[in-house]
Amino acid sequence: MHGTQSGQLLDSYDATGFFCELMGAEGHTYERAGALIERLNALSLQDLRARAGDAERELFNLGITFTVYTQKDAIDRILPFDVIPRVISKSDWQTLESGVQQRVTALNHFLWDIYHDQKILNDGTVPRDLIEGNKNYRPEMRGVDVRHGTYVHINGTDLVRGSDGRFYVLEDNARTPSGVSYVVENRHLMQRTFPDLMAGVGIRPVSDYGERLHAALTNVAPAGVVDPQVVLLSPGTYNSAYFEHIFLAREMGVPLVEGRDLTVTEDDEVFMKTIAGPQPVHVIYRRINDDFLDPEAFNPQSMLGVPGLFRSFKAGKVGLANAVGTGVADDKAVYAYMPRVVRYYLDQDPILDNVDTHICREPEGLQYTLDHLEELVVKPVGEAGGYGITVGPRASKEELEACREQIKADPANYISQPMINLSVCPTLVEDGIAPRHVDLRPFAVTGKSTWVLPGGLTRVALRKGSIIVNSSQGGGSKDTWVLD
Amino acid sequence: MHSLLSRYAEAIYWMARYLERAENLARILDVQETFNRDSRGGQNWSSVLEINADTDRFTELHGEATAAGVIRFYILDETNSTSILSSLRLARENARTLRPLISTEMWSHINIFYNSVRDMNPEEISEYRLSRICSRIKEGCQLQSGITEGTFYRAEGWLFYQLGRHIERADQTTRLTDVKYHVVLPDIRDVGSPYDVSHWNAVLRSAAGYHAYRQVYPSGMHAAHVAGFLLFDPDFPRSVNVCVQASDRYLGLLRSKYRLRGTARTLELLDELRAELDRHDGESVIAEGLHEFVDGIQKQLIAVSAELGQAFFGYGAPAAEQTQSAA
Repeated sequence: MHGTQSGQLLDSYDATGFFCELMGAEGHTYERAGALIERLNALSLQDLRARAGDAERELFNLGITFTVYTQKDAIDRILPFDVIPRVISKSDWQTLESGVQQRVTALNHFLWDIYHDQKILNDGTVPRDLIEGNKNYRPEMRGVDVRHGTYVHINGTDLVRGSDGRFYVLEDNARTPSGVSYVVENRHLMQRTFPDLMAGVGIRPVSDYGERLHAALTNVAPAGVVDPQVVLLSPGTYNSAYFEHIFLAREMGVPLVEGRDLTVTEDDEVFMKTIAGPQPVHVIYRRINDDFLDPEAFNPQSMLGVPGLFRSFKAGKVGLANAVGTGVADDKAVYAYMPRVVRYYLDQDPILDNVDTHICREPEGLQYTLDHLEELVVKPVGEAGGYGITVGPRASKEELEACREQIKADPANYISQPMINLSVCPTLVEDGIAPRHVDLRPFAVTGKSTWVLPGGLTRVALRKGSIIVNSSQGGGSKDTWVLD
Repeated sequence: MHSLLSRYAEAIYWMARYLERAENLARILDVQETFNRDSRGGQNWSSVLEINADTDRFTELHGEATAAGVIRFYILDETNSTSILSSLRLARENARTLRPLISTEMWSHINIFYNSVRDMNPEEISEYRLSRICSRIKEGCQLQSGITEGTFYRAEGWLFYQLGRHIERADQTTRLTDVKYHVVLPDIRDVGSPYDVSHWNAVLRSAAGYHAYRQVYPSGMHAAHVAGFLLFDPDFPRSVNVCVQASDRYLGLLRSKYRLRGTARTLELLDELRAELDRHDGESVIAEGLHEFVDGIQKQLIAVSAELGQAFFGYGAPAAEQTQSAA
């Protein structure tokens, strides 16, 4: 690392051959990251730990973190926060931003098509049974029009960077991606605990997310409504993402409602129950899955939803974000077709590449997967949260055999990908500063057009060597700086 | 701006009530040292149970009312729904529901405060440290009120907060006044005795009213004066009269500023309550029966609360306590 003084903090840091998000590849540092590295080096490990302690205390006092003592009854959980930021250069961000916009545009075209003309299925570019047989495909959505053709108003694209320094899309989250609250809160936390680290570094702001989101949601209100009422629909205080629901409602200045606060009238209008009586609702940012959204239309057992909501949506009396039936687009098997989907609708090459994906529902994909199991990462298509993944190069013989049996028993449920050597970031751990693997989830907001929040959520696998960044599996998060 | 959700109005109202309740219980426990000694210096921890109508429940669970037993029951017992810890937990749960609405500082403090009480060591709350612990709890509640006063946006939510505080405070003051009824004087000759006087003294102190009382009544300590002061004084912030006037004012604002029609019936009930207060003074309630009088006031307060529930919180039928659902 050039350009650094003989500091202490990062002197013994070694990215051990991986691409480092702060130091770059061997012998290369982002121009502006140099200043950050110098400043980090001016801190002692003790100082860094003390400040990390301040940050942790703040999270605890805000009730958005948990401690070992209270874990059993903690319902508010947060990703542990790592104080060393992840940096994205201006040019990298330009690629990411346009790549995400392109992908979201393609996803919306794709969803419109599969719920209307089905051209892409009719000409066999994407297998019909993969879509229509998908449990997240909603036949009820056939022929339903959505404003501006937008189905995915909020999208999270999971990206990783390989040792070649290139970003790859790992998956699309087109249902209800979470984590954006941490992006903004991490920045605020960083501004309070490390103002000296940030001073004079041009960092793209993230604090206008709420305003942008509100503007996009306003765009998709039923036509003709002036000054539409937006609400955020949450499953309630016991939901693990409740903290985020609060955050978003506050940032947008809209009511955070639960299903029991809403009613749908016989003429399909949605109202919320207020002290002044029922008041109309025009757009709902819902953080409830399709299944539980409306017991009349979907799961009749749902206590969280609002009877009649889907009816109102179909009648064009209320906007729903995201629209119903978007889950089919973030299926891991559909993902494999995304490069073709992008070309099909936009007539462009994808700006962001997929990770090579072998689809076990296809005979060649299955054979290749079974033949190269020890080199591949195998993922069940229907699971989220990093569950059920087998990392071939790290798995024991028994684990590989178990995985082989599972694939054979239900090939369509699996895909496999080559193992990506995820990039790393210097991270504060027990022994000091060490490299830990990270990913990136940029958030795209779409009303009439698509806006991408600069940066996104950087998740870090806090366990040494681990590449699973999910919070349920020992993941943390970092502030993400897009340099200006 | 949109109107307040009914569910939020209810949560604010109850958050305020639970905080006020916790503070008052801390006040009552704080002066137990005085209450619990009868004229022969014996222990009597049953009066605090009587104030809160918990005697039967306590006896069934714990038998005899010992100092340690009652203190534990009222401070840290999570299974006792009337303990300070339970009140703070419910206040915090409501605050959590209200986070989209309340200030971050309000949330942060109630969270820190609740955690600090929950993490108290049972040994910390022994009898001889009781006063210090009660002060801490009282101050925690007062800090919460101060933060709320300084940071909470003054829309409808603020009015429901004030309604909750004042209705609960009125109720608590009636209970405190009533405590004399429950402290059985061993002998009729004890009335007006130093022992009797010290009890009234303690009642006033627990309501932070001793010095104010002295300003109004520079000498003497008479039952009729103390009861009159606590119930009817027009300026003492914890008197029932002041609390009812305040409730009336806040409810009036809901009607005039926010044009809420649902206020009509509640305002009528408050009018009846004010009329009842106006008809009496300290002398008359002592003569006619203090206990019966405050009992009647408590019933009227419950009716006011139930009416608020029907008018604003979306209750189908009157309910005296919050319908906390775990959905």
